Amino acid sequence: MTLTEKILARHAGLAEVRPGQLIEAEVDLCLANDITAPVAIGELKKAGIDKVFADRIVLVMDHFVPNKDIKSAQNVKCVRDFAREHGVSKFFDVGEMGIEHALVPDKGFVKPYDLVVGADSHTCTYGALGAFSTGVGSTDFAAAMSAGRLWFKVPAAIKVELVGSLSKYVSGKDVILHLIGEIGVAGALYRSLEFVGEGTSSLTMADRFTICNMAIEAGAKNGIFPVDERTEAYLAERGVAAPPRLTADEDAVYERVVRIDLDALRPTVALPSLPGNACVIDEAPKGEIQQVVVGSCTNGRIEDLRAAASVLKGRKVKKGVRLIVIPATQEIYLKAMREGLLETFIEAGGIVSTPTCGPCLGGYMGILAEGETCVATTNRNFVGRMGHTDSKVILASPLIAACAAVMGRLATPEEVFGEER
Amino acid sequence: MGIVHKYGDNIDTDVIIPARYLNSPAPEDLAQHCMEDCDREFVRRVKPGDFIVAGENFGCGSSREHAPISIKASGIQAVVAKSFARIFYRNSINIGLPILECPDTDEISAGDELEVNLEAGEIRDLTTGKVYKSAPFPAEIMEIIKAGGLLASIAKRSGK
Ligand code: SF4
Repeated sequence: MTLTEKILARHAGLAEVRPGQLIEAEVDLCLANDITAPVAIGELKKAGIDKVFADRIVLVMDHFVPNKDIKSAQNVKCVRDFAREHGVSKFFDVGEMGIEHALVPDKGFVKPYDLVVGADSHTCTYGALGAFSTGVGSTDFAAAMSAGRLWFKVPAAIKVELVGSLSKYVSGKDVILHLIGEIGVAGALYRSLEFVGEGTSSLTMADRFTICNMAIEAGAKNGIFPVDERTEAYLAERGVAAPPRLTADEDAVYERVVRIDLDALRPTVALPSLPGNACVIDEAPKGEIQQVVVGSCTNGRIEDLRAAASVLKGRKVKKGVRLIVIPATQEIYLKAMREGLLETFIEAGGIVSTPTCGPCLGGYMGILAEGETCVATTNRNFVGRMGHTDSKVILASPLIAACAAVMGRLATPEEVFGEER
Repeated sequence: MGIVHKYGDNIDTDVIIPARYLNSPAPEDLAQHCMEDCDREFVRRVKPGDFIVAGENFGCGSSREHAPISIKASGIQAVVAKSFARIFYRNSINIGLPILECPDTDEISAGDELEVNLEAGEIRDLTTGKVYKSAPFPAEIMEIIKAGGLLASIAKRSGK
């Protein structure tokens, strides 16, 4: 069995599962946010269900928080009341919150080989820790909260073999944008993406989170990395004991194998308006841009802010470009402040916001006008994702986004740093 | 019987229901903005009982259940597509929006009149006279649909 199959079998109480099989599995953790939780709460009420597994629930208020209008304030109030009434202690409101997929692993809520579902498509992020973790809708979340179990179809798997290590200026974001470019936005539809090979150990946890985060952009049900020393160190820092290691069987069946030579990768962007429109930075169009966003569940971690700051230190954001930096959690915000990164952003002419999803989904805090282009470290560049239907989003790594902020257009890091390629 | 509203590949949940309207979970609010960012005329044109017919990967992107809810509330009887994004697929089943996978949607045109038999997995294009087959749902999923959605099926099982 593949690693995903093993985790699913364990949670279904079965010795073995095979792709296509429908199973009912125990859910270790389920989460939702201020957009998806109210729908689930409404559904529970409608079905007359009052009992929930309170200790397995995480509720993070992040999409329109701090509330952007009365309706979103009502939504958060509904979730807040629900958390209080049902004794959900893992409820994160203004002051404690952060973007859910950065917050949840950082709090130590996820262990390797757990089964996690979240009413948010980027729940697949925690595959970086070796968990089976996938996005579902609000009704599924409601079912998981109340029954503690959920139905799943066992996915077929695609093996992504990573070899070598990343060269200078290249990060996890470039790996995943390259992969989606190779296989397409439906390339892993209903499938599991299993990352394997010696190249995995060279990737930082931040790289792995970013890669698994965007597995959904290839249509995948989940993405998953093997557990190694780095994973165990990450868990230990959060006081979480790592379980005995589990690996895929030698004879595990993969539908397809994709090989990525990490050494050969260059910084990669996704041009409008699909995450699969990959283009290496050296060949990217050089048109003017109006906004840069560094943040989101994909790239709002401390490593991401450090990468952006490495470009912006001692440089200025190009006149006419609006740079918006959003640390993903309160803890990251504080760290960035102590490291002087916030000062770097502000001195460069950027702004720093409290943690929020905000502009990533076109919610608020940086909406684009007609005809504008934004380079963002987020994960989706669909039509109208960040504002007007005639605005455009280019997806990039934090380093490349910062380079774009300085140059007012897409540019190679070598151009910005004045180096030979 | 209903009229076909036709779309291409990779119709994502951001165009089905843009995030700016996610501050309300009310189906009637969501229905007013269904498909707004890829077809401004949809809401004006759609009639109860109509169909959405599309290409590959329908409903990709965000997990927002607001997307199938807005489609259902707009009066659409069923969505027929070559393939569905998996969260959208689950959500539709869970809220009781019928969806059918059919590889031949290129042959169905906007404005055609359609008739769908869910149990038999049969799609009949009354305009062209052609009949298409869709893979029937597995028994476990049909059970959820018959119970009227996932929570109703859970409530039923736990004897509520
Ligand atoms: S940051 Fe963006 S992609 Fe991530 S959870 Fe928030 S809205 Fe979704």
